[in-house]
Amino acid sequence: MTVMQNEKAKLNKRPLKKRIGNFFVHVALAVLAFIWVMPIVWIVLTSLRAEPGSYVNTFFPQSYTFNNYIKLFTDRNVLNFPQMFMNTFIIAIFVCVIQTFFVLSVSYSLSRMRFKFRKPYMNIAMILGLFPAFMSMVAQYYLLKSMGLTEGSWIRVALIILYSASAGMNFQIAKGFFDTIPHSIDEAAIIDGSTLWQVFTKVTMPLSKPIVIYTILTSFMAPWIDFIFAKVICRADASQFTVAIGLWNMLQKEYIHEWYTCFAAGAVVVSIPIAILFIFMQRYYVEGMAGAVKG
Amino acid sequence: MKKSNNENSIGEAIKKGDLWTKLSMIFFGAGMFGHKQKVKGIAVFILEICFIFFMANTGIARLMQLPSLGDNEQVEIWNEAKGVYEYAAGDNSLLILLYGVVTIFVIAAIVVLWILQMKQSYSCQKKLENDQHVPTFKEDMKSLLDGNLHITLMSLSCLGILIFNVVPLVFMICMAFTNYSKEDSHLTLFDWNGMTQIFRVLNLNGNIGQQFWHVLAWTLVWAFFATFLNYILGMILAMVINRKHTHGKAFWRFCFVLSIAVPQFISLMIMRTMLQPEGAVNVLLMNAGMISEPLPFFTNATWARITVIIINLWVGIPYTMLQVTGILQNIPSDLYEAAKMDGAGPIRIFFKITLPYMLFVTTPYLIAQFCGNINNFNIIYLLSGGGPTNVGDTAGQTDLLVTWLYKLTIDQQYYNLGAVIGIMTFIVLSVITLVTYRNSKSYKDEGAFN
Repeated sequence: MTVMQNEKAKLNKRPLKKRIGNFFVHVALAVLAFIWVMPIVWIVLTSLRAEPGSYVNTFFPQSYTFNNYIKLFTDRNVLNFPQMFMNTFIIAIFVCVIQTFFVLSVSYSLSRMRFKFRKPYMNIAMILGLFPAFMSMVAQYYLLKSMGLTEGSWIRVALIILYSASAGMNFQIAKGFFDTIPHSIDEAAIIDGSTLWQVFTKVTMPLSKPIVIYTILTSFMAPWIDFIFAKVICRADASQFTVAIGLWNMLQKEYIHEWYTCFAAGAVVVSIPIAILFIFMQRYYVEGMAGAVKG
Repeated sequence: MKKSNNENSIGEAIKKGDLWTKLSMIFFGAGMFGHKQKVKGIAVFILEICFIFFMANTGIARLMQLPSLGDNEQVEIWNEAKGVYEYAAGDNSLLILLYGVVTIFVIAAIVVLWILQMKQSYSCQKKLENDQHVPTFKEDMKSLLDGNLHITLMSLSCLGILIFNVVPLVFMICMAFTNYSKEDSHLTLFDWNGMTQIFRVLNLNGNIGQQFWHVLAWTLVWAFFATFLNYILGMILAMVINRKHTHGKAFWRFCFVLSIAVPQFISLMIMRTMLQPEGAVNVLLMNAGMISEPLPFFTNATWARITVIIINLWVGIPYTMLQVTGILQNIPSDLYEAAKMDGAGPIRIFFKITLPYMLFVTTPYLIAQFCGNINNFNIIYLLSGGGPTNVGDTAGQTDLLVTWLYKLTIDQQYYNLGAVIGIMTFIVLSVITLVTYRNSKSYKDEGAFN
């Protein structure tokens, strides 16, 4: 208490000029925060708007309703959103598992083990990363097609493969994190008779919770937010659409009038879980980044 | 243990190998089979059989077609009996090229396998000669979880990268040297045509060439502003929030972080609709009587360019804020105190201490950001769609190289031009990466900030 009172006393003693300056800093922050939050507020308001259509004369809706959400999850005739949601969810779970394994195992190998292919691998990954990702999209499509994965429900498999195949190139952040774990811990475990596999699973993984969670999170999110690859692979097969394509379609000319408010509802539905996860995991995200910069 | 393996060169293995090792030059795995590694030997031999079968079956035929990329056009044949035209399938150059590339990769893989098994045979032979222990199959399997753990952990993802990244990339690079395009209807049958397309893109006088240099210039301008404005403004925001006298730090941070938590394509599509001529922003401003007609956010070239840069600030500043917060707190405080003693104001301190320090520490991050911005597909495609586009052009005024590449391949079907643009993007990126990295302080004198 006394410390706080002292602090307050100090604050009050600061010269008037500084206090006015401080006040303006807060005003500026409030304005900025308003700019950053406004689009999000607007989309939530739109998702609850009763009047249809994309263009309205007022910022705030005239009347509120929950029907947009109900329509989104019950109207299966035109744009089958529940189906898209399930498609994306299934894909996301598989991608999450495979990608997390790939990223963590590659990063661990590059960080902890020394083998001939190590440096070449990192250089190759860097060079490949300099090519635009979807330059090879056409070729990937034909490769998957020649494997017979571009028809019917195989499309899901194709998307899972596509999202997780090159995960091994995104090792930088996790590797940076592993680099910061002292080697002496590994050595102690090895002296106690552990194999490297046991070190990986029983020593390094428990120590790396932030980066494990960060990896799981980002890989789970990938299928929800990508729509380029999904669009190219799904083509016109509406039964295999993912959420991103669905939302994109709702904004196309033929649907926008009727579906605009539903788009807003869909955007909110997709954002909420991701937002909650993200805000919850924010600390880990920052730690992961800090580790990467250090490494 | 590993070193003795590496010392065995192929030449040595061929020269000094015994009968079994020499045999494995033709029969893969013979050397291992004869040197107490029966299971491995047989497995490798089976792989060889598969390869031979594959080559005899389709591989050789595919390679033969590769130079010409197929000549037979699809033809109509009059079927007397049924009274209809039937189509006899012609060659599909795209598939020929794709299978050809795949076959070349298979051959490369088998060459690598040959080298590996030769080395392995010879090392087994030497171990036997020196009365050393040859690892049994069981021991080899065990080492996959220990000394050779990296093989277990990385082989699957390497395979994924090889099949779904390297092969398609090589395929697309090949495409740049063909006439695979909608022009002159070369969509099923096409030929190699050397560097024609590359010269066409680089030619300043042609239509495509002019568009290319235009797009390249804008891409670089965009990447510069998008990277450095985000970086500096994000840093300032982080510093303001973390100031000693700022109240409610957590609240402010939450407000900004909220925008990251919303998936990017959603917030971008929201922005897009808000900034339409009849969108929310224009409606608000018009209702307030501040403007009489809608602002041309995406319909005027200059407006569109500034709009995408500003919206990118909206997207990027919170990221930068999150990422630099930790690093900012690492700046040694005695630097600040010394500066204050010398009577430097906050602006001077920022430019003389904070910025140089941050640039020094985060150069690799900045390079990555810059490259990421050159390849920033989402922002441009979802916001302005590259537009506004001049009549007769394939590239719009805000198109980046990547979005133009997308338009050229997916929308316009100029596959060869798209591939050339991809290669150009790669060249631009690698030049920038190399030059900036070589000139960065953190490369020149590592660990010395002063």
